[in-house]
Amino acid sequence: MKRHPAPARRRAAAPATRIIVPVPVTHRFYGHGLPDVELDKLSGKLIVVEGADGSGRSSQIARLVGWLEGRGHATTQVGLKRSTLVREELDQAQNGNILSHTTMSLFYATDFADQLENVIIPALRAGFMVLADRYIYTLMARDLVRGADEDWLKSLYGIALVPDAVFYLKVSPDVLVQRNFAKKHALDYWESGMDLGLSRDMFDSFLKYQRLMIEQFDRLRRAYDFDIVDGDRSPEAINADLRRKIEAVLQGR
Amino acid sequence: MAKTFAQLGFPGRLIAVEGLDGSGKSTQIYLLKRWLELQGLKVFFSEWNSSELVKSATSKGKKQALLTPTTFSLIHATDFADRYERQLVPLLRAGYLVLCDRYVFTAFARDTVRGCPAEWVRALYSFAAHPDLTFFFKAHLEVSLQRILVGRPQLKYFEAGMDLKLSPDPEESFRIFQGRLLEQYLAMSTEFNFHLIDANQPVEVQQSVVREIVASRIHLAGFAGAAPAAPL
Repeated sequence: MKRHPAPARRRAAAPATRIIVPVPVTHRFYGHGLPDVELDKLSGKLIVVEGADGSGRSSQIARLVGWLEGRGHATTQVGLKRSTLVREELDQAQNGNILSHTTMSLFYATDFADQLENVIIPALRAGFMVLADRYIYTLMARDLVRGADEDWLKSLYGIALVPDAVFYLKVSPDVLVQRNFAKKHALDYWESGMDLGLSRDMFDSFLKYQRLMIEQFDRLRRAYDFDIVDGDRSPEAINADLRRKIEAVLQGR
Repeated sequence: MAKTFAQLGFPGRLIAVEGLDGSGKSTQIYLLKRWLELQGLKVFFSEWNSSELVKSATSKGKKQALLTPTTFSLIHATDFADRYERQLVPLLRAGYLVLCDRYVFTAFARDTVRGCPAEWVRALYSFAAHPDLTFFFKAHLEVSLQRILVGRPQLKYFEAGMDLKLSPDPEESFRIFQGRLLEQYLAMSTEFNFHLIDANQPVEVQQSVVREIVASRIHLAGFAGAAPAAPL
């Protein structure tokens, strides 16, 4: 095939014609897992992007989706509070602030499990790239900040699949606060940890809460291996970083 | 082994009843409640699966058959946690006698039969202290089945364990499912100190056994407080 190189024609061809077929890797669960899942049949890849509101998660995911699709990969997106089963009820509960901590944890775990079983696993089985806008780590970090028992959380989320890549966009609280104001001119009640009574001042509470969350993420990183990505950089620089790492994942490395 | 409320230093005491559908446990706990109320004691009665918010999600799940063994387990745990944290714990802190028609053991039995790992289910509920007294009403399987099957035009999907695909016939499925639940309950009986009550006996015989055990294990006079309820 290489006998008649035709540089002119090659230049005219559409970009990225060579589509990489991902190298399958057998997935595993963190703990007890789910009944009746054939792990060796999950040929897709699970890519998780974690980070606080304003860390640039969603825009990074949007860029990744475009890039992956351009390279011939089918994608699906999941995120917190998107399950058919309990999404509405979770919204209601959050607005009313009526549920206590264990209940809220379990409610979120239900939402996660529903998406895991009904979206993530079927998509992986069909060979899709699943992009998760946050995963169990945010849920665990939130609960840990609120005093939940770590062993209890570990067992609870032992149902989760170990992702192929986890990126944590680490952004300093001061940058986060500026980005949140630039976007919405307001801070979110929950993202400010107002339920914890850290401060009556929302701005103060936001900074304190985000620092506590970063501490928990740093701790979780020891048990759950993930990449910490410096999120204070430009979106382009961050995305280039993520692409390079995902490329390695696709090649089974 | 989880601790009981007494072991954790709560002034209140929790009494739970467990058993298959149709074992007569709800009748027995109702009669126990009346007896305690008529003595003017502080009593509160709670049922499994009763909080509004979660009910809305479970009924939707049931309608759409969206629930898997894992989400079934989690949504019931959420419901229980809500009741536990908002109702049971505060009442037990306030020195109430709390009567529960079913407790975590229902989940242990049911979720395990559905295929969730037993250790995972137990860890899931490890936030909850255990009852100070648990009665298990043990009837012949055939007797319980008859009580439920007679006068019920249709068995509900999950109640009959239809999701387990044991049999396409709801009645047959229900029989197999209940049989498996009974096995699970009996296997837990020693571990969790169940007081086994022979539910094949007349209502009155069972109730006098229950009252005797309650009176001997719990210092009832310590729970006086509410004005005595009006006699029926």
